[in-house]
Amino acid sequence: MTSTFLADKRSGPDADHPPPETVRARGRVRRRVLHWLTAVGFQVPALVLFMGLVLLPMLFALYAAFFRWGGFGMPSDYIGTDNFTHLFDNPVFLGDLWRCLVLVVLSLVIQLPFALAMAVLLNQRLRGRAVYRMLFFAPYVLSEAITGVLFAMIFAPDDGLADHLLGGIGLDGLGGEWFADPSYVMATLFVVMTWKYFGFHMMLCLAGLQSIPKELTEAALIDGASAWQRFRSVTLPLIAPTLRISIFLSVIGSIQLFDLVWVITQGGPDHHSETMAVTMFQYGFKRYQVGYASAISVVMFGICLVFALAYQRFVLRRDLEGATTTMRGDGK
Amino acid sequence: MVVPLVYAVLSGFKSTDELSRNPFGLPEHWLSGNYTDILGSGDFWRLVGNSTVIAVGTTVLVVAVSALSAFSFARFAFRGREVLFTFFTLGLMFPFAVAALPLFLLLRSMGLLDNPLGVILPQAAFGLPMTIIILRAFFREIPGELEEAATLDGCSSFGFFWRVLLPMARPALGTVAVLAVVTSWNNFMLPLLVFTDSTWWTLPIGVQQFQGQYSAEYARVFAYLVLAMVPALAFYSVAERQLVGGLTAGATKG
Repeated sequence: MTSTFLADKRSGPDADHPPPETVRARGRVRRRVLHWLTAVGFQVPALVLFMGLVLLPMLFALYAAFFRWGGFGMPSDYIGTDNFTHLFDNPVFLGDLWRCLVLVVLSLVIQLPFALAMAVLLNQRLRGRAVYRMLFFAPYVLSEAITGVLFAMIFAPDDGLADHLLGGIGLDGLGGEWFADPSYVMATLFVVMTWKYFGFHMMLCLAGLQSIPKELTEAALIDGASAWQRFRSVTLPLIAPTLRISIFLSVIGSIQLFDLVWVITQGGPDHHSETMAVTMFQYGFKRYQVGYASAISVVMFGICLVFALAYQRFVLRRDLEGATTTMRGDGK
Repeated sequence: MVVPLVYAVLSGFKSTDELSRNPFGLPEHWLSGNYTDILGSGDFWRLVGNSTVIAVGTTVLVVAVSALSAFSFARFAFRGREVLFTFFTLGLMFPFAVAALPLFLLLRSMGLLDNPLGVILPQAAFGLPMTIIILRAFFREIPGELEEAATLDGCSSFGFFWRVLLPMARPALGTVAVLAVVTSWNNFMLPLLVFTDSTWWTLPIGVQQFQGQYSAEYARVFAYLVLAMVPALAFYSVAERQLVGGLTAGATKG
């Protein structure tokens, strides 16, 4: 439609010309429309799949969140924003938000620096570094379910590997109810998460490190910069774009955490390891309060959206500018 | 990093009794019974088969559909292109967990519960954004002259796509295919929702169920875990380069 309109406007001056010109203009219009149809035609399967199974369900969740609804038939009991207001005086959900924040902070403060340090180490000419790479990355390839069960066994009370290790070095008192003790459960989960995802962030950092031109660090070396100075003023600024991506993925990952928690604790003991996704699952699939669970989905979606937009606006934008100014300048 | 894995392999060779007496050392008697029992049962192989069917189905679908779309994004200038592309990339930001509930309701109304398509279709749909982004970047690098030459030789745009572009893009297609296989293989939440009946259970669901069923027999569960890890780790050791390449490309371009 629009391209026809445009083409007509362009051929406007031709309108009074003799027939051959008009025919040619019409041909041009037809070709434009045809071109557009071909281009969009290739998009159709992707659009159908994406709209039908990603967009439509999300929009429906937004709709259902305003109803009291058990999930059968169409929602009819409209209750306005009640689901949302109840959500924010539900201690479990408030706890979810808190735990999510804790996980984000822990990943940013512990996991990422550790991943970067390992990446820097593996970026050196190290014996057998290919093997290390394989090993560190392997956990990422295992499913969350397998990882979860494995660590549920390792941290099993009394007979698990963790307790035996502690017992072996005379610290029997420290072990025990790793996943069953409200005060330990999140810390233990974080250990499992680190085991699982650390290699992925390390790989990202490694890829970032390898895109840094060797000449830069060599130049700094000649100028007499110490290892720390080289890291601080050459490596770190150049790897910053990669780190920002890592941070983004960590945060989004923490918001949607489900599989590991579900396999290991199902949110227990007494909701102390529940995440938003687990709470949503509990309400939606166990208690059939689908409207309420939809409201949780919507809030998760909102948090992701706000975070993603803000992050893109304030943090990633710098990378786009940086990519066109500093990187090109350095490359030459 | 490897300790948990080695521990699991060794534990699988012990008896549960020995496991609590001798947690660290090598097994006193290497018992292979735990492993062979599982390998000898049809259940385990059925799970492996289900996971494979679903992973292959998802991969074929997502790669085919994304390739068409990425081709159009990379080689055509058309009205609404950028809007459409942004529309797809938005999908990258939203976690699956958000859509899980309404998706379940949709699948139920379509009668796709307990049907492998109920997992394949959504997995492909959620894999689209990343796959399209990676493929588009790759398709763009193929020189325009090739397309002109093909057109002069009388190739239609689909002919160019099918006979020139796809064969040339084999490495990129390999990368996105490996990503799709791994994501599908490891998916837990969707099969958990869709398959209420054990016929179509995938390996991750099987692992969780097995642990629930044999929670007292540690050594058995360890053996099961190890066997369940083997396909993923084997695939990883073969396709490592492509997987890592795909993840880093996808992450930095997203």
